[in-house]
Amino acid sequence: MGMTITEKILAAHAGLEKVAAGDLLNAKLDLVLANDITGPLAIKEFAKIGVNSVFDREKVVLIPDHFAPAKDIPSAQQCLDIKTFARQQQLTHYYEVGRTGIEHCFLPEQGLVVPGDVVIGADSHTCTYGGLGAFSTGVGSTDLAVGMAQGELWFRVPETMKVVFQGVPQNPWVTGKDYILAVIGKIGVDGARYKALEFTGEAISNLSMDGRLTMANMAIEAGAKNGIIAADAKTLEYVLSRAKRPWKTYQSDEDAVYSEVVEIDVTKLQPQVAFPHLPSNVRDVAAAAAANLPIDQVVIGSCTNGRWEDLQAAAQILKNKKIHAGVRVIVIPGTPEIYLRAVREGLVEIFVEAGAVVSTPTCGPCLGGHMGILAKGERAVSTTNRNFVGRMGHPESEVYLANPAVAAASAVLGRIASPEEVL
Amino acid sequence: MAELQKLKGRVWRVGHDVDTDLIIAARYLTHSEGDYLASHCLEDVIPDLTAKVQQGDILVAGKNFGCGSSREHAPVALKYAGFSCIIAQSFARIFYRNAINIGLPVLVAPEAAAALEEGAVLEVDAATGVIKDLTKQQTYRGEAFPAFMLEILSAGGAIPYVREKVKQQYV
Repeated sequence: MGMTITEKILAAHAGLEKVAAGDLLNAKLDLVLANDITGPLAIKEFAKIGVNSVFDREKVVLIPDHFAPAKDIPSAQQCLDIKTFARQQQLTHYYEVGRTGIEHCFLPEQGLVVPGDVVIGADSHTCTYGGLGAFSTGVGSTDLAVGMAQGELWFRVPETMKVVFQGVPQNPWVTGKDYILAVIGKIGVDGARYKALEFTGEAISNLSMDGRLTMANMAIEAGAKNGIIAADAKTLEYVLSRAKRPWKTYQSDEDAVYSEVVEIDVTKLQPQVAFPHLPSNVRDVAAAAAANLPIDQVVIGSCTNGRWEDLQAAAQILKNKKIHAGVRVIVIPGTPEIYLRAVREGLVEIFVEAGAVVSTPTCGPCLGGHMGILAKGERAVSTTNRNFVGRMGHPESEVYLANPAVAAASAVLGRIASPEEVL
Repeated sequence: MAELQKLKGRVWRVGHDVDTDLIIAARYLTHSEGDYLASHCLEDVIPDLTAKVQQGDILVAGKNFGCGSSREHAPVALKYAGFSCIIAQSFARIFYRNAINIGLPVLVAPEAAAALEEGAVLEVDAATGVIKDLTKQQTYRGEAFPAFMLEILSAGGAIPYVREKVKQQYV
């Protein structure tokens, strides 16, 4: 029997020839990541272990992005906690506000993660790096502390669910976000619980790197341990100019074992909108628009959709348009590099002319942190990843998840709208 | 290896897909102290939870408990709110690991999770997975832990467990 990509990466990092789903193993870690919320707790736990230094100061990354730039005094303290630890431990990869980005946009862009890696992050969206062909998964602060101390962690080898995306979408506004929302809608928020989600097929080969990272990012929203896409020529082109380390690409064997194979034909797929309060609660954009729900806020950004291509799609819709009088739009480029490009290529001008605000990179509103919190009864269309009760603010507010073009079109019309209605 | 004590407490019920934002909202993640987090635990699900829960009570949930964010603040909040154990039809994987890592027993027991009624008094043997409903005199069996996970729980969590291993490396 052959192995899947996930099994091959875990085997290679555990020094084993062959592993199968269900095996327990210790894997060496290529990168260990925490942010300003999970980092302080991990540092506290690390101090109790009884080692003086992290296993490798080049392999621990601390990013202030969630409540940064600090929203209040307690979050300023949390940012200071990770900065202080980074200094004490002489970490190579600590990045101050202004030179940092939303962690899962920033790390791939800066080449800190490469194909074939095993990465843990104290953030559930660490699964994003599967878009590069790496095994990466979210952990809690205690696992992170153990990882920082020992440079390895135990894993149960997950079963792999293969999702094959056939066809070429006829609708030009369909993106990776819609592919992954369609999967979550089909299998449910625990449809891939404990499993690896491997995305393959013609539509994935045609998908941009930004789109692939968006898909792997939301694997957790189906309960998956990791999402993964085999590295191909597109991946290598992306990695070549960025990688700080050598990489290794893996392909699943022809006779690899899958727990399930799901097929999705994207030919007729429409942009998807996930209604409150689960990401699986998806409808086609036309059906969502027909509900005629007035909206108060639009967020375009996050580790899910804060990349260059996402801003480009939003700008294409908002160019020479005015945002609906009753709506506030918050655009958040994921990294300083994306931000600067958006300035240089005129996207920021388009956004501001339309009546949007453009924020410094931060997770901010996605998790109801800052920079756009919803009041009781308010409704938002957002390119983020979760629409749980109270996720973006008041427990009686609502979040509708969509791709950047749908979010931008909704901003113009003041209700959920498809891009065709605006252009 | 220390023995896991038998747990006894009253049942509190919640539904399916209870996410970690509901367990502890991000607006409280500017702190990581257990007592502070407990004071806001599940506040939009069970108002005034901390005033009502007694030390040792047991939370019983539907499927996919603890989905969403990896915040370890969620099991910490539940532990400090007084829950001695969580029984669910199924758990989201990061939450499950986090709970074990902080020494909070979590039992996968679909039959018990469906049948147990709010307020019932339970006796739980986390080591074997046996759940006794003392109110209705019913016994259920949850999934038993793999040996090394039981060792982590018996040590009081992953940090005491790893600290012991680190100490042995230097002996």
